[in-house]
Amino acid sequence: MKQSNLIWALLLLVGGGFLFVRATTGEMGRVYVSVTEVAPEGANVSWTEEKQVHPKNLGEANVRLSWSRTIGLWIAAFFTLSIFSFLYGDNFFYKLAESIFIGSSAGYAMVVGFWGGAVDLLFRDLMPDFMRATVYPTLAEDATSNLVLLIPLAMGIMFLWRLAPVGGWISRWPLAFFIGITVGLRLIVYFESDFISQIQSTMIPLVVFASDGAFDFWASMKNITIVIGVLSCLVYFFFSIEHKGVVGGTARLGIWMLMVTFGAGFGYTVMGRIALLSGRLEFLFDDWLWIIDPIGKRLIE
Amino acid sequence: MLNSLINLDRRWIFLAMLLAVAIPILMQVTFPEKVSPMVINVFDAVENLPEGSSVLMAYDYDPASAGELHPMATAFTRHCAFKKHKMYFMTLWPAGLPMVQQNLDILNREYPEYEYGTDYVNLGYKTGLEGVIKLATTNLREIYSSDNQGTNLDNIPMTADLKDISKMDLIINVSAGTPGAKEWVQYASTPFKIPTVVGTTGVGAPALYPYIPNQLVGLLGAIKGAAEYEKYLIGQYPELAENPSAQEGLRRMAPQMTAHVLMIFLIVLGNIIFFQQKRKGV
Repeated sequence: MKQSNLIWALLLLVGGGFLFVRATTGEMGRVYVSVTEVAPEGANVSWTEEKQVHPKNLGEANVRLSWSRTIGLWIAAFFTLSIFSFLYGDNFFYKLAESIFIGSSAGYAMVVGFWGGAVDLLFRDLMPDFMRATVYPTLAEDATSNLVLLIPLAMGIMFLWRLAPVGGWISRWPLAFFIGITVGLRLIVYFESDFISQIQSTMIPLVVFASDGAFDFWASMKNITIVIGVLSCLVYFFFSIEHKGVVGGTARLGIWMLMVTFGAGFGYTVMGRIALLSGRLEFLFDDWLWIIDPIGKRLIE
Repeated sequence: MLNSLINLDRRWIFLAMLLAVAIPILMQVTFPEKVSPMVINVFDAVENLPEGSSVLMAYDYDPASAGELHPMATAFTRHCAFKKHKMYFMTLWPAGLPMVQQNLDILNREYPEYEYGTDYVNLGYKTGLEGVIKLATTNLREIYSSDNQGTNLDNIPMTADLKDISKMDLIINVSAGTPGAKEWVQYASTPFKIPTVVGTTGVGAPALYPYIPNQLVGLLGAIKGAAEYEKYLIGQYPELAENPSAQEGLRRMAPQMTAHVLMIFLIVLGNIIFFQQKRKGV
């Protein structure tokens, strides 16, 4: 037997045995819900609402085990471990988790996109009576059709024409319109918030005095660093003059500034990734395995 | 020794990192936090508003970044609830709704006096990326006619007279990427001069610092920012010290510390090996 296969077999055996014992004794991975009957006044419909509660609430009225959420929890734990398994090496479980993630994400995005875009922003105001009778019962009674929306509807159909066997060029027109709108919109906001405002933010006093009139050394240093940093980085990206002499020295300072920025960015990124890892481990240890209980979900009061 | 380190299988490093993060979580240790002036600025932006001010809670993140951002989002929600601010929740991320819902659950559980429709409202998710911000700042009703449950905004006391969001007293944005903090700065805080604070991922934080202080009041960077905010919030509202749910960020800092120590050790070790090899002419 290959060494890697042996390690996998041992891990599965030990892990599986542990899970089997914990799960059969009811000491892990269960989700409980509080079930409430909702019956709006004057309406002849009613439904039940389930709200997740902590395991310590078991025994209270209307609290019961939710099989669907429990299965969901186990699937989440399984996929978390499957993704982690890639760190040991590429394997079937990783590929399975990756494929299901991509598939479900694409499906979710498609449904949300259709509902949020086509239904919510287009058909609701284009056909208010029909939408009120079908999916929008709370739509105002006096809502009227907004026929201007026929234009985006037509453009949407033109977009989809790309999928037709002939006349694919028709989709270029709405695409051109969309690109034009986006460029115009972004040009303005970038000019205002990332150009003008940033220049304003760099026009700061190099010598700062506190409110009592005393010289503020650290505030002055901060402002000087900002101004020198901006100017030296700009010089580094200015290629019309050869980077020699004073220009070369300033450009070199610009590189140092950029390196410090990249270093800070890398440090922040590491912190972010570790936070995500600790979040997943907390999920496994707390919600799934019930090894830890940081917020007292399972304490009997 | 040197050879074995040079040929070390990287999976041992993965295992070491796993242990460095897992052990502090299992031991449930926490370390003291020192609150930075930036975090105090963000705190003051919420704290110094008069009671009952209108605050837009734009939570643009999803479960993939919840480990990093959820603690600061819940801290913002609790802080606004203590100050009795009117909260308008919304998200530009399709999978952001469950995150908003978890914040609403906190209001229901810990602040039962908070009533939906008069103290907070969930505007939900709208497709359209930054276009939603652009419309919401000029004519809210063009993009939002109802709340997340489908209730007409005219029938909700908080939103009946709300024409747009440009009159908000503060925007709190928790952002995992695009659309997020940058778009809120570009389309809301800069053109309409709306005071804005953001909490963001570690990856996104460096790009947002240039907006401070003129376009952003302050910024919480990653889990460290969240932990400091929680610490300061507990200092000002000591009743939170009894609530372990309000200390999620503080708990996540212990694994941060051990993991960072391990990383620094590995970087130093790697450099020592590099210079040893160089000296030997390898």
